Amino acid sequence: MAAFIIKRLIQSIFVMLAVSLLAFALFRFVGDPVAVMVGQETSVEDQERLREQLGLNDPVVVQYTRFVGSLVRGDFGFSYRTRQPIGEMILERMPATLELGIVSLLISLSVGIPAGIYTALRNDGVLANAILVVTLVGVSIPTFVIGIFLIYLFGVQLGWLPTFGRGDVVEIGWWKTNFLSLGGLRALILPAITLGVYQLTLTMRMVRSEMQDVMNTDFIKFAIARGIDYRTVHYRHALRNSMVPVITIIGLQFGGIIAFSIVTESVFQWPGMGLLFLDSIRYVDIPVMSVYLVIIALIFVIINLTVDILYFIIDPRVRLKAEGS
Amino acid sequence: MLSYWRRIRIENELLYLFLHNRVAQVAAVIATVAIFGAFFAPLIASTNPHDLASFDILDSFLPPAWTEDGDTRFLIGTDDQGRDLLSAILYGTRLSLLVGLSSVAFAAVLGTSLGLAAGYLGGRFDAVVMRIADVQLSLPAILTALLVDGVARGILPREQHEDLLLIVLTIAIGLSLWVNFARVARASTFVERNKEYVQAAEIMGQHPVRIMLVAILPNILGPLMVIGTIDLAVAILLEATLSFLGVGVPADQPSLGTLIRIGTEYIFSGEWWIVIFPSMTLILMIISVNILGDFFRTVLNPRLR
Repeated sequence: MAAFIIKRLIQSIFVMLAVSLLAFALFRFVGDPVAVMVGQETSVEDQERLREQLGLNDPVVVQYTRFVGSLVRGDFGFSYRTRQPIGEMILERMPATLELGIVSLLISLSVGIPAGIYTALRNDGVLANAILVVTLVGVSIPTFVIGIFLIYLFGVQLGWLPTFGRGDVVEIGWWKTNFLSLGGLRALILPAITLGVYQLTLTMRMVRSEMQDVMNTDFIKFAIARGIDYRTVHYRHALRNSMVPVITIIGLQFGGIIAFSIVTESVFQWPGMGLLFLDSIRYVDIPVMSVYLVIIALIFVIINLTVDILYFIIDPRVRLKAEGS
Repeated sequence: MLSYWRRIRIENELLYLFLHNRVAQVAAVIATVAIFGAFFAPLIASTNPHDLASFDILDSFLPPAWTEDGDTRFLIGTDDQGRDLLSAILYGTRLSLLVGLSSVAFAAVLGTSLGLAAGYLGGRFDAVVMRIADVQLSLPAILTALLVDGVARGILPREQHEDLLLIVLTIAIGLSLWVNFARVARASTFVERNKEYVQAAEIMGQHPVRIMLVAILPNILGPLMVIGTIDLAVAILLEATLSFLGVGVPADQPSLGTLIRIGTEYIFSGEWWIVIFPSMTLILMIISVNILGDFFRTVLNPRLR
C-alpha cells in the first residue's frame, strides 16, 4: 500500500514539475514582462535596473528554480492588469467555482446514474428510448445555449429566478457561500443546471455502457441460469460490479466541470475562477494564465491520485496486480 | 436478374443500411442543406454581412417577416446593426463549417501520423507519444483550445493576431482533438502490423514510411472516419463556444457563436429572434453530424449491430 502510494506521489510530482515548466515558459517567454510592467516613458536604464532586480538576467535554470520555489511558498506574483497579488485574486474567486461545481456534480450523478442503469436494463422500453434521444440532444446542445434558453425561460418569460451573479452570499471568514441564504440558493439554480446537464448525459452514457458490459459477463449469465430472480441479479451482482468505474467517472467529471465552468460563469456572470481565466486571456494577462494553469493541474493531479488510491482500496484486482509486480 | 435494390444491397452495405435508416437520412438532409447553404452563401444571401454599405442601421431590430412589425425584406428579422439575420446565419454557418472542417483535418493529419508511427515503430517513440496523449486527454478540449488561443494572443502582435485569427482558432481546436485520432490509428496499426501483407512489404524491402502510408493507412481508414465525423461535431461546438466567449473569430465576421453572443444582449428587451435562430441552426447542425457519426460507428463496427 505505502509503496504504491509513494510511487504515485512521485509520478504526480513529475507531472507538476512539467506543468510548472510550461507555466514558467509562458510567463517568461511570451511577451516581455518588463515592457508590460513599466510605462512608455521609463528610460532604458530604469528598465534594465528593473530587469536586474527581478532577476530576469540570471540563467534560465536559476529563474525556473526560483519560479517553482515561489509557487511552492504560495507566492504567485502580481497580475499585469489589476496589479493585485494573484493568490488573493484566485482565493477570492475559488469558493464561487467550487460551490457551483459541487452542486452540478450532485445533479449530474443523482440523475445520471439511475438513468444509466435504467436504460441499460430496459433496452427497448419507450421510456428508455426517450431518455436516449434526450441525451443525444443533450450532448449536441452547447452549454452556453442551454444557459441562454434557461435564462430566457425562467428569467425573462417567467421571472422566477435570478440570471446574473451570485446573489446574496454569507461570509464565513474569507469564504463567501451561496448555501446559507435563500437569495444565494436561488441564484445557484440556473448556473448549476446549465453546468450539470452536459455532465449528466456523459455520466448516463458511461454508466449505461458499463452496466451493459457487466450484464454480458459469464457470471451474470450463470446467475440468471441458476434461476436467481432478476431483481437480485441486477441490483446485487450487476450493479455492484459496475459501480467501481463510477469513481473514475466522478474523477473525469471534475475535469469537465472545471473546464465548462468557464463557459457557464461567462453566461451567468458568475464571479468564479473561470471568469478570471477568461479575462486573463482577453487582456493577455500572462501571469494569471500561468498560475491558473498550475492550480488546475494541481486539482487534476490530486483528483487522479485520490481515484487511484480509492481503486486500490476497493478493487482487489488492482491490489493484487500492484503487489505482484 | 437481380433487382436494382438487391444489387445495391450486395454491392454496398453502407448505402443499403442508410436507405433503411430514417433518422440518418433526415440528418444527412440537414447536413447537406447546411453545407449547401454555407458553400453558396454569397449567391443565396440577399445581403453581404461583411459589406458595411449593404445594410442600414435604420433597419435594426426588425422582427421576423411573419410577425406584426416584420418587414418582408428580412425573412427572420434583423440584428442590432440592421443586418439581415438570414444572410448573417448563412455566412456564419460558412465560417463555422470552414473552421470545423479545417481543424478536424489538421487534427486528423497530426493524430493519424503520430498514431501510425507510434503503432508501427513501437518502442520509445510509442511510449513518448502515448504519454503526451494521456496528459492531453486529461485536459478537456475547451481548456486546451482556450490556452492555445491565449498563448497565441501573447506571442503575436495585435494587428497580426487579427489577421491570423482564423488560423490560430483552427490550430487551437485541432490541437485539442488530435488525441482520438492518434489512439485509434495506433490501436488499428498494432493489429495490421502483424498481418501478412505488411510482412510481405517488409520482406520486399520497402521503406517504412511507404509501408505505413501505402499499405497500412488504407486499411485503418474506417475507424478514423468515424472519429472524424464525431470530432467535426465537437469542433463546430468548440468554435461556437470560443466565439461566444469572445476569444474566437473576429467580431466583424459573423460566426454562429458571435451571433448568439450578440443575441444574448437583447433577450431581456424582448428581441428573441436574434438569439433563437442562430442557436437553432447550430443545434440542428451539431445534432445531425452527431447522428451521422453514430450511424457510421454502428455500420462500421459489426459488434454493435
